[in-house]
Amino acid sequence: MSDSRKRDPDAPIAERVRALEEALSAKGLLPEGFLEQRVEQAEENFDPKNGARVVARAWLDPAFRSRLLADGAAASAELGFRAANSEYLVVLENTDAVHNVIVCTQCSCTAWSVIGLPPDWYKSPAYRARVVREPRALLRAMGLDLPEQVAMRVWDTSGETRYMVLPQRPAGTQGWSEERLAGIVTRESLIGVARVALP
Amino acid sequence: MYDSRMDGIHDLGGMSGFGAVEIERGEPMFHERWEARAYALNTLGIRILRAYNVHEYRHAVERMDPAHYLAASYYERWFTGVATLLVEKGVVTREELEARAGGRFPLGRPPADVKPLRVTPPPQPRFAAGDSVRVREIHPAGHTRVPRYVRGKHGVVVRASRAFEFPDLAGHALPAHLEHTYHVEFEAGDLWTDAAERRETVVVDLWESYLEAAP
Repeated sequence: MSDSRKRDPDAPIAERVRALEEALSAKGLLPEGFLEQRVEQAEENFDPKNGARVVARAWLDPAFRSRLLADGAAASAELGFRAANSEYLVVLENTDAVHNVIVCTQCSCTAWSVIGLPPDWYKSPAYRARVVREPRALLRAMGLDLPEQVAMRVWDTSGETRYMVLPQRPAGTQGWSEERLAGIVTRESLIGVARVALP
Repeated sequence: MYDSRMDGIHDLGGMSGFGAVEIERGEPMFHERWEARAYALNTLGIRILRAYNVHEYRHAVERMDPAHYLAASYYERWFTGVATLLVEKGVVTREELEARAGGRFPLGRPPADVKPLRVTPPPQPRFAAGDSVRVREIHPAGHTRVPRYVRGKHGVVVRASRAFEFPDLAGHALPAHLEHTYHVEFEAGDLWTDAAERRETVVVDLWESYLEAAP
């Protein structure tokens, strides 16, 4: 029987979550403080500022950039950003000729340790459905107008590889410190729907 | 009762009509307290209770009623997957959840009866960068990670990636072998007959048994 029509209203989602927490607690299956700790851990570790630091280092240090493109997980770990479960991280370098953009069409897999937990727009059906079909038009609608001569490569995270885009360093940032450079790298540029721009 | 195929609503690549993509400036990690709690409950289910694995979690979300899937926010889908598995594994019952929630508690539909595979995949990768391949035209009844929009399509291997657990088995808590995966590049014009965009490609990460050699 399909549940999709003519049914009683669902309990509100916040009530459903509370109900599961309480049911688990009543059985002694929810250790005190576990959920709070896990959320704190996510807030500390899964932050796009990590990816921004990786990018800034790659812009300033050619040897690091080479290591990053050869083994994204190992190079990110040099800066202290370690992925769970020895994640396989492939870094995709944007150039004048090729622009890379990431999606997970079937769910919303993301390299949490460098990009952070994914934003709502990345998890939306609209993005997941459309970016593989008309990436140039979608990015234009999102504010990034790529010249026709730039080829686009869309990477669908359908397997266990995780991706991060290495955006292009904007002109006018000569002599900037690593910290200052990291400050202008956005989560959107790490996914590939925006360029890094001067503030 | 339920149709047996798993060409589910989650497999959204190439669909149309979902409207604009809006970026929220300064978006918080969680918008509401329950989202953070739901997020952490999945870690509890996988790592502490060891009730299920991440592949089963993905499949539980895929088994949501399609109308509910599209209407739900990301963390509502996430939470529905977690609750579905904890009920199916006998950790909690739907009745006690409904009693505590004070109303209906939607869960995913039951999984297909997927059989274990008795295959030993080759230890060496079958394909290498530059090889032409075709994605098998398959429609598995259970969990799979081959998107519909590349089935039957020709592509070129751009990278022989690592071997990972085969999700079509792991998603059903069956013993899953390690199998080589490949980053396979498809031309937009080969994927979409109406492709207006000519200088685009899509790279999809595919397990070896989803692929066959193409002349």
